[in-house]
Amino acid sequence: MNKKYMYSLLAVIVLILIAYVGVEAMGLQVLFGVIIPYLAVLVFIIGFISHIMDWARSPVPFRIPTTCGQQKSLPWIKQNKIDNPFTAGGVIIRMALEILFFRSLFKNTKVSLNEGGKICYKWEKWLWLAAIAFHYSFLTVIIRHLRFFLEPVPVCLQWLENIDGFFQIGLPGLFMSGAVLLGAVTFLFLRRLYIPQMNYISLAADYFPLFIIFSIAFTGILIRYFTKVNVVDVKALAMGLASFHPTIPEGIGVIFYIHLFLVSILFAYFPFSKLMHLGGVFLSPTRNLPNNTRAYMHINPWNPSVKIHTYSEYEDEFREKMKGVGLPLEKE
Amino acid sequence: MINSDERVSKLKHRPPKTDWMDTPTVYKKGMYCYAAKPSRLEYMDAPYPKDWSCIDEDWQLPENWKEILLNGMKERLEKFRTFKIFMDICVRCGACADKCHFFIGTGDPKNMPVLRAELLRSVYRNNFTKAGKILGRIGGARELTVDVLKEWWYYFFQCTECRRCSVFCPYGIDTAEITIIGRELLNLLGLNIDWIAAPVAFCYRTGNHMGIQPHAFVDMIDFFTDEVETVTGVRMEQTFNKKGADLLFICPSGDVFGDPGTFTCMGYMIIMHYLREVHGLDITWSTYASEGGNFGLFTSNETMKRLNAKMYAEAKRLKVKWILGAECGHMWRVINQYMVTMNGPADFLEEPSNPITGTKFENAKATKMIHLAEFLSDLIINKKLDLDPSRNDRLKVTFHDSCNPARGAGILEEPRYVIKNTCNNFYEMPRNTIREQTFCCGCGSGLNAGEDMELRMTGGMPRGNAARYVSDLHGVNTLACMCAIDRAVLPALMGYWAPKVDVCGLSELVANALIIPGEKEKTENLRGEPILRKDVDPDEWYVRPDFPGRE
Repeated sequence: MNKKYMYSLLAVIVLILIAYVGVEAMGLQVLFGVIIPYLAVLVFIIGFISHIMDWARSPVPFRIPTTCGQQKSLPWIKQNKIDNPFTAGGVIIRMALEILFFRSLFKNTKVSLNEGGKICYKWEKWLWLAAIAFHYSFLTVIIRHLRFFLEPVPVCLQWLENIDGFFQIGLPGLFMSGAVLLGAVTFLFLRRLYIPQMNYISLAADYFPLFIIFSIAFTGILIRYFTKVNVVDVKALAMGLASFHPTIPEGIGVIFYIHLFLVSILFAYFPFSKLMHLGGVFLSPTRNLPNNTRAYMHINPWNPSVKIHTYSEYEDEFREKMKGVGLPLEKE
Repeated sequence: MINSDERVSKLKHRPPKTDWMDTPTVYKKGMYCYAAKPSRLEYMDAPYPKDWSCIDEDWQLPENWKEILLNGMKERLEKFRTFKIFMDICVRCGACADKCHFFIGTGDPKNMPVLRAELLRSVYRNNFTKAGKILGRIGGARELTVDVLKEWWYYFFQCTECRRCSVFCPYGIDTAEITIIGRELLNLLGLNIDWIAAPVAFCYRTGNHMGIQPHAFVDMIDFFTDEVETVTGVRMEQTFNKKGADLLFICPSGDVFGDPGTFTCMGYMIIMHYLREVHGLDITWSTYASEGGNFGLFTSNETMKRLNAKMYAEAKRLKVKWILGAECGHMWRVINQYMVTMNGPADFLEEPSNPITGTKFENAKATKMIHLAEFLSDLIINKKLDLDPSRNDRLKVTFHDSCNPARGAGILEEPRYVIKNTCNNFYEMPRNTIREQTFCCGCGSGLNAGEDMELRMTGGMPRGNAARYVSDLHGVNTLACMCAIDRAVLPALMGYWAPKVDVCGLSELVANALIIPGEKEKTENLRGEPILRKDVDPDEWYVRPDFPGRE
């Protein structure tokens, strides 16, 4: 079995130890609570924007959407306006469904060979379900964390927390998003580990974000439900960062600093990794362009000038033969 | 070659024990095409022509081959947003893995689209990303070596650029685009296959892939004119290079050249004759622009442009209204997604409308080129074709969507409408194998050679399997398609996987059903098969006679 996950596991363990030793043994709260978070956010913002700019600057020479439905042709033939969009409106709907609901992934099938050599295609939903659960629970968690950076806390955040804590299990009340996030990440990891083809294609870079997100969620849960950190102190630290008057309140446990450090690493790692699919999905030319090149000419900014074999060169070479079969000629 | 049952029983989809970067590429006989002969490249002024074979140890690479490839990658990263984004954002979710017909048919993990892209992506990481430079192998990066180059060659010529994987990719990563660019890179070193390089050179010189010179082209059509006369009793003279004709007609030259495409070609001729006699529409052939297909698409974007330029040049010279394009797969990817961008604007042509029905083809007002299936659909719904579908009653028809019209255009309903109006027995193959999910014939993008038969039979397995399914279930005996490569290769594939199924084009079905003014009493179709039930033994009624490719 592919052991590449070991590198990533090791890396995350080392990162946790660094934060632990740094805060617990060396008392570097300022480094882990202020300097690294600031640096990480800076790297994230600059890295993310420059990557997007780099993509956006590169030309789109040809309009090559993947068409997944009937084209617009004769008026009585029903066009598939979403999967084969002709207008910007269609593209917007296609992109929205792709980005919000992972529509292409929803179509996923699984191939198997039946008795007698018949190939069988089954609708495979688990990957889509795990992906949706993972992304939406992660988004919920991130939005919930805004309460640490905002004073007063907006009422819509309160609503979100009410929904997320709907089941009112335990005290403090359990947020579903955290549990779902942990479950989805675990599923995505096990999938990479145990499905032979997935295992074969997976790189260390595929495991690293999973481990780090798992650890972030896990430490977050520890802080909230088990070590029961003083929320007022954490908020003071966060507000300090947000208002550029950083402070380090006393008495925040080391687990919190590990949590914060891993989040910082994730931010800094983001622009240099496959996680950039967050930005790339908006720019993918096979999805974000209408299939209307036959109606509206698409311009290639670097359209090369090329040598072509002209008709007169052709006629010069074959004139006698063309004459022989009575083909019309430009020059006799 | 082993038979189809044995092939299925041996098929395994478990990856090997060694990591893919440590699994050497073994060139298996029957799984690759022959290397490009130097004369082809010389004719096109392409770099590094040489006499070589892909199984040679020494590929006679220039000293600075690595620099050439890496510079080529850099240039293309700057020129194609697709390439840059597709190199950066794959998360290896695996959704594409079992969507590829070559993976399904071979079980070779490097035929999973994700891994095919990783072959290139690993070098991209190594030379163009910080993370790859720092982390090396742990970061999924690897050095470009001769072995890597040979791996690229083997696997970029085991992809038919069908885009099925891109339908399922959550980011729309298109392996066709990656293969296209991979092949452009290989061409920088003169490393093409002959089955692509030869048609390209032929097409550049004579106007068509087959290298048919103008007098021979006319002779071949004349021969078909005699054949058609025998069957229908009507002499249907064609016109060539005619100035002032209403429309220029361009078909894939494969239909002029080989069975069973020739019957489709006769179909074109009959339709053109009918439109001239009944509706006064003057459609001309061209010997100069005598190719619809474009093997330049499988070579480089510049080559594609050089070959495609003839269509507009000839339409301009002949002063036609617009261009009618026949049944060809990748031809329609080029026309739909590249043509006007490369060689437009086509301001010397009219915005296309059907001179017979008055219908405006709004979807083609810039390119000014109409697909025959669109044109026929418009004629049929306006009752401009006199059709007797019962003449095709001996056929139980299914329709194979060719990759490019399906996923590079979306021409799905038009051909079905034409078939349903020309045949009484039509059955669809399973939903996961048609329309946007259609499976490749296994031979697209220039892989339709003879020496790679093993590759063709494995790659065509899902298509063959689906055809076999409807053959067993409904007694389907005819697979209709609108692609000349399909017509050339599917008979062999059907012979292997679905032996009762013959292959034909749309136009053949239309021509057989068409009631032509002055025709003799029809008793046979274009292939000489009796079409009246009383003339045939009941047990034989649905049996198609032997055809090339069926053992």
